[in-house]
Amino acid sequence: MEIEKASLKELSSAIKTKKISCFELANIFLKRIHEVNSILNAYIHVNEDVLNQAKQLDQNNNEKTNSKERLLFGIPLGIKDMLCTKGIPTTAASKILQNFIPPYDATVVKKIKDHGGLLLGKLNLDEFAMGSSNETSYFGVCKNPWDLTRVAGGSSGGSAAAQAAHLAAATIGTDTGGSIRQPAGFCNVVGLKPTYGRVSRFGIVAYASSLDQAGPMTNSVEDAAVMLEVISGQDPLDSTSSEKPVEKFSDNLARDLKGIKIGIIKEFHSDKIDPEVTKTFNLALENAKKLGAEIIEISIPMIEHSIPIYYLIASSEASSNLARYDGVKYGYRSEFKDLSSIDLDKFYSQTRSEGFGDEVKRRIMLGTYCLSSGYFDAYYKKACQVRRLLKNQFDEQFKSCDVILSPVTTSPAFKIGERIDDPLTMYLNDIFTVATNLAGLPGMSLPYGFSKNNLPIGVQLMAAPFQEKKMLDVANALEMTTNASKQMVTLS
Amino acid sequence: MTDIQAQSQTIQAPIYRGFLATIGIEIHVQLNTLSKIFCSDATTFNSGDNENVSPLTAGMPGTLPVLNEKVVEYSVKTGMALNCEIRKKSIFARKNYFYPDLPKGYQISQYEEPICEHGYIYIKLDDKVKKISITRAHMEEDAGKSNHSGEFTLLNYNRAGIPLLEIVSGPDMSSPKEAAEYAKTIRQIVRYLNVCDGNLEEGSLRCDCNVSVRKVGQEKLGTKVELKNINSFRFVEKAIEYEIERQIDLVERNEKIVQETRLYDPDKNRTFSMRTKEDAQDYRYFPDPDLLPVIISESYIEAIRKTLPELPTQRMSRLQADHKLPEYDAAVLTAEKEIADYYDEVAKFCGNYKAASNWIMTDVMREINSDPSKLSGFIITPAMLGELIKMIDSQQISGKIAKQVFAEMLLLKKSPSEIVKEKGLTQITDTGALEKVVDEVLAANQNSVEEYKKGKTKLLGFFVGAIMKATKGQANPDLVNELLKRKLS
Repeated sequence: MEIEKASLKELSSAIKTKKISCFELANIFLKRIHEVNSILNAYIHVNEDVLNQAKQLDQNNNEKTNSKERLLFGIPLGIKDMLCTKGIPTTAASKILQNFIPPYDATVVKKIKDHGGLLLGKLNLDEFAMGSSNETSYFGVCKNPWDLTRVAGGSSGGSAAAQAAHLAAATIGTDTGGSIRQPAGFCNVVGLKPTYGRVSRFGIVAYASSLDQAGPMTNSVEDAAVMLEVISGQDPLDSTSSEKPVEKFSDNLARDLKGIKIGIIKEFHSDKIDPEVTKTFNLALENAKKLGAEIIEISIPMIEHSIPIYYLIASSEASSNLARYDGVKYGYRSEFKDLSSIDLDKFYSQTRSEGFGDEVKRRIMLGTYCLSSGYFDAYYKKACQVRRLLKNQFDEQFKSCDVILSPVTTSPAFKIGERIDDPLTMYLNDIFTVATNLAGLPGMSLPYGFSKNNLPIGVQLMAAPFQEKKMLDVANALEMTTNASKQMVTLS
Repeated sequence: MTDIQAQSQTIQAPIYRGFLATIGIEIHVQLNTLSKIFCSDATTFNSGDNENVSPLTAGMPGTLPVLNEKVVEYSVKTGMALNCEIRKKSIFARKNYFYPDLPKGYQISQYEEPICEHGYIYIKLDDKVKKISITRAHMEEDAGKSNHSGEFTLLNYNRAGIPLLEIVSGPDMSSPKEAAEYAKTIRQIVRYLNVCDGNLEEGSLRCDCNVSVRKVGQEKLGTKVELKNINSFRFVEKAIEYEIERQIDLVERNEKIVQETRLYDPDKNRTFSMRTKEDAQDYRYFPDPDLLPVIISESYIEAIRKTLPELPTQRMSRLQADHKLPEYDAAVLTAEKEIADYYDEVAKFCGNYKAASNWIMTDVMREINSDPSKLSGFIITPAMLGELIKMIDSQQISGKIAKQVFAEMLLLKKSPSEIVKEKGLTQITDTGALEKVVDEVLAANQNSVEEYKKGKTKLLGFFVGAIMKATKGQANPDLVNELLKRKLS
């Protein structure tokens, strides 16, 4: 069996029938991490204990423990370092949390463990998931396996790169404005952001609470469906998690698109999009038609405002969410020679100035400003109103189409350092992805082609709230029309 | 309520050196739920340092608040007792500020859409009544405690996350006495509802008072000053008294009153500045995205309404109207719910309301040192006291003997009938038996009989006393009187 090409279902079956042991499988991935992680910088913490945990699973690999319901029995996974892992450092790629070890698991992590999944380690990201290139990480940039001079994308750059380089059977990312889908597009993996409320946010370091969702990054659509089944569901620890039943997303995935209406957003037409991206998108559209889909043009006028709305709302929430990192209770505290002579303001400002990076500070300042008295109505409140209108427009358009197809990014992966000093250009990179977060919709990125320079290019699917099954069906059919995701990266 | 509303006399605003005072009060009521407002940590007061602190209370990353439904129930209950409108949809908001005792860097509170609004209560002062408006009452979480010791500040987060209901009055009070009375009335109500133990010293109830003064005849309210850190009703009165004088002094000296927060120091009986408006924080309130709006249905409100106990003012009116008790008795008996409950049971058992009231206000209060919390374990149950009163009313024992029986009940923990039987204390109501004693007493005091017959009728009491002594107090006094009058005529 070629581990790199095996699906999660195949791996699971191989383990349960003891064609391969949990130890062997974990060891293959761990070895590869030791070989190439220094090149990519995808993992920022490797769980060396995974081999012991795998051995224990092997000792307990029987019909009782490896039941059909345990979808990830013995399967080694990587987790974005934005999710709390009990007893394993969780840093959000920030200096301010560099020594933080949570005494609890995020619900997503707990669900993975309940399904028998193993943790290979914690994956790199932009600091507090604030960024589109993984360049704001306190632990340094994560490189794109397809071109080491380019970014893996962000914020879930580590998750995308690790997945693309087969440093895990599947990985978990988080997506606040495109942080799963954009790096997935840059690295040629499938990345899925669920409907807001589908997956519990408990234990996920909060960036923007009304937008954050965790989701899978995988080799295939089917794998994404399996992972979604594992991590979804209402959680008593998260009031915003939905009571909607979790479907068997990976069962009977569609192979054609008969009767499916695919919407394309008029406002997304732009000459600022890289021609190779447009070409790939058009190819996907043509293939969808061949599979029986009907293509209709839809209009969502408010989508033009989605970037400013996103940065206003996300930054406002972040300014409040990150207030807890103050050096008082846990995490980084600046070194003070004589604490008793330091006033409280100095204590806070020095700790936070040293503990946070520039991009995080920029967003805290922006958010603090938006929420300040005198500006609240003009910025935060107005942004929330426009967000509501945007959601209404999506709801309206989903009456006439099943899914929406669009590019994921305006261009393939850009060069490391190219945009880091130009935050505005960096922010505009999120144009295709932020609207789904604002409207709470599910969205996913699907590998669909390569540029002339052999850089991956993806397409994006979006669906109405809680229509992940439909979205995965369309993605599965489309996946059959391309061999993009079968392309293997070779790291020299 | 109707009786109170009917009283038309209202309280006149007192004038202080030509000035009027305007006072509004914010009361933080700690709701006595078993667990905290947003997690399952215990709320016990005497736990060890940081014992009731889960990752959520410590504000660790990724933890999320989940609303304790009891807090909503208690808040709705209190809102109803304060005659508030209950919002069908209320919102939690974040109040952002940095302080070490605030683990998340924000406090979850309610801002634009609080759960209770537009209520009122009546307060009573020197037989007069005043309506005080309740602007709002909202749910929020308490902060932890900082203990400054030497060069260190130690933090205890046990209190962080304990549910509070902040009750905000209108600026409707015009004297320190009214303010204290308002605070007492709120305490009485929350204790009646059993949503708060009302313990000011432990901080279960905390009063912040807004005070301003203006010259008589001036329409516009003066600059208000907020007084914090007041932990008794007496200090509410003292702090406001001091503050009114301080502000009038300033105006008279043509000095400006600074809008500020001042702390009351009970040892020095003065207030001192804590922070001025210039250092006032911008709390950057916004709806908390981690919590859904609280949606309250009509049926939920109705279900809670059914659990509302009779409130102090209603109860007082009932005791005056139905039980014909004097206002003084009704006020004393209803001041604390435990006492009122005890009274009602005794009254139900014996049917003699005034007697029940007298026994409770004197003998019972003395035995429990006026501490209503002691009633729950009090040896003499309402049924026992009721039985005792019944025995007096049916002339089985005299009032005097009853006092003796009451003392024996406390000592022996037995019912009055058992004690009367064991000690042979039954009143002598048998005419024949008593006549014999009367004859004996008269025979032994022939001289006095002569004097009585000559007109010294005062001696009747002497004969009664002698007969009582001879019967160890068990003779029925009415019968003794009757027999004596017959024999001496």
